[in-house]
Amino acid sequence: MKYLNEFRNGEVAQKMAREIWQVATRPWKIMEICGGQTHSIIRNGIDQMLPPGIEMIHGPGCPVCVTPLSLIDKALAIAAEPGVIFCSFGDMLRVPGTESDLFQIKGRGGDVRVLYSPLDAVELAIRNPDKQVVFFGVGFETTAPANAMSVHLAKRRGVKNFSLLVSHVLVPPAIEAIMSSPENHVQAFLAAGHVCSVMGFWEYPALADDFEIPIVVTGFEPLDLLDGIRRAVIQLEKGEHRVENAYERIVTYAGNFEAQRLLAEIFEVTDRSWRGIGMIPKSGWRLNDRYRDFDAEQRFQISGIHTEESPLCKAGDVLRGAIKPAGCGAFGKECTPRHPLGATMVSSEGACAAYFNYGRYLSAEELASAGAVHA
Amino acid sequence: MCLAIPGRVEQITTDGGVRMGRVNFGGVVKNVCLDYVPEVIVGDYTIVHVGFALSKIDEQSALETLDLFRKMGALDEELVTEEEAFARAANAPQSACPDGSCELTGKDIREKSESGQ
Repeated sequence: MKYLNEFRNGEVAQKMAREIWQVATRPWKIMEICGGQTHSIIRNGIDQMLPPGIEMIHGPGCPVCVTPLSLIDKALAIAAEPGVIFCSFGDMLRVPGTESDLFQIKGRGGDVRVLYSPLDAVELAIRNPDKQVVFFGVGFETTAPANAMSVHLAKRRGVKNFSLLVSHVLVPPAIEAIMSSPENHVQAFLAAGHVCSVMGFWEYPALADDFEIPIVVTGFEPLDLLDGIRRAVIQLEKGEHRVENAYERIVTYAGNFEAQRLLAEIFEVTDRSWRGIGMIPKSGWRLNDRYRDFDAEQRFQISGIHTEESPLCKAGDVLRGAIKPAGCGAFGKECTPRHPLGATMVSSEGACAAYFNYGRYLSAEELASAGAVHA
Repeated sequence: MCLAIPGRVEQITTDGGVRMGRVNFGGVVKNVCLDYVPEVIVGDYTIVHVGFALSKIDEQSALETLDLFRKMGALDEELVTEEEAFARAANAPQSACPDGSCELTGKDIREKSESGQ
């Protein structure tokens, strides 16, 4: 437990970890949905403090990781068009399309920008009336209110040269899909704290009941994660399956009313393909009829895209929790953050990037044997 | 990307009908939309994701979280500037993999594997 002293409150962390060791009598598999939590778990070595049987399965909560390759390719095609300013968040730059990525498009003269907020894209459109400004609006429920507001403002201000390339995905349908999969072995979930800061957790009791799984709303700090895991293990050991809120300083049952109101005004539920996972019914949002004019997919008719995943990339298995990143043959060898084969190696929320950046790849022996094999 | 970090609201203005605030994240100040947190006033702490305040938070929790996120490098990630983002993409880490295949691009690897080498 060498990491515990580095935490904000080492004593409390020690107590929580000790309680998990005392309570756990059997192996349990717990999934943290959110990629931000995956990074915190790996960076802080939380998984290594747990009793041997308690396994953290890393979930699909990495928006750029689950954005379909076809949409990445479409984004790249739009970004390469003359007269377009293509805007996104920073961790989209290296996400590999079939042939290229946004970073390379920029290198070839494309006007690719990294923005802090989608509102900056609306401002950019106002300042550049002769350009088409496109914002790549990917994300879970946490990011959706920001993208919704950008479209709402663009419409209200009559900004005709702004559009949103939307790929919003939703957590509850993903939980349902994971639990319904024949290969599922997840027995409890840590729900993503900031998703719940927007949406609340009123959607989760039905899932906990239907699938008889504990769901614990959990934050991002080491203590939050230990507490979430502790509560999940206690429920599992007692045979309970309730929704608990371990992130009360941020999350309420109802969530953010103002944000939910604008989301309902701008978006409608749609089926979405998740990269590496496949189609999940009613698992995303798209702009509704009143705002369809701002949909970049409508504005730019991109066709003839040839989309092809790397045959070496096992990102789908990683995103479904079927394997750990180092279980992929290409991990850390052909696939690195510099030359990623899949989006999970790129994003600040991708599980492969977490394992790579925090040195969770190969043991010295494995490295040596990998060298021997390749030589 | 679902990270949200706490900051202190230092000033509130209305810009084009939108309630905006200057929010200080441990020294870095950003323009943040406050439309989703109508209860927040100057001096309050709020958690912010991609330029949008999502929820009020008490001062002590906010300061502790800020301190921890700074140590974890999470502040840099959320407040990254455009130049930093491009520099990071350019300098993304590359492993010293044993056989040197890391110099290949994804496309090269695909072609290599397709040609059965």
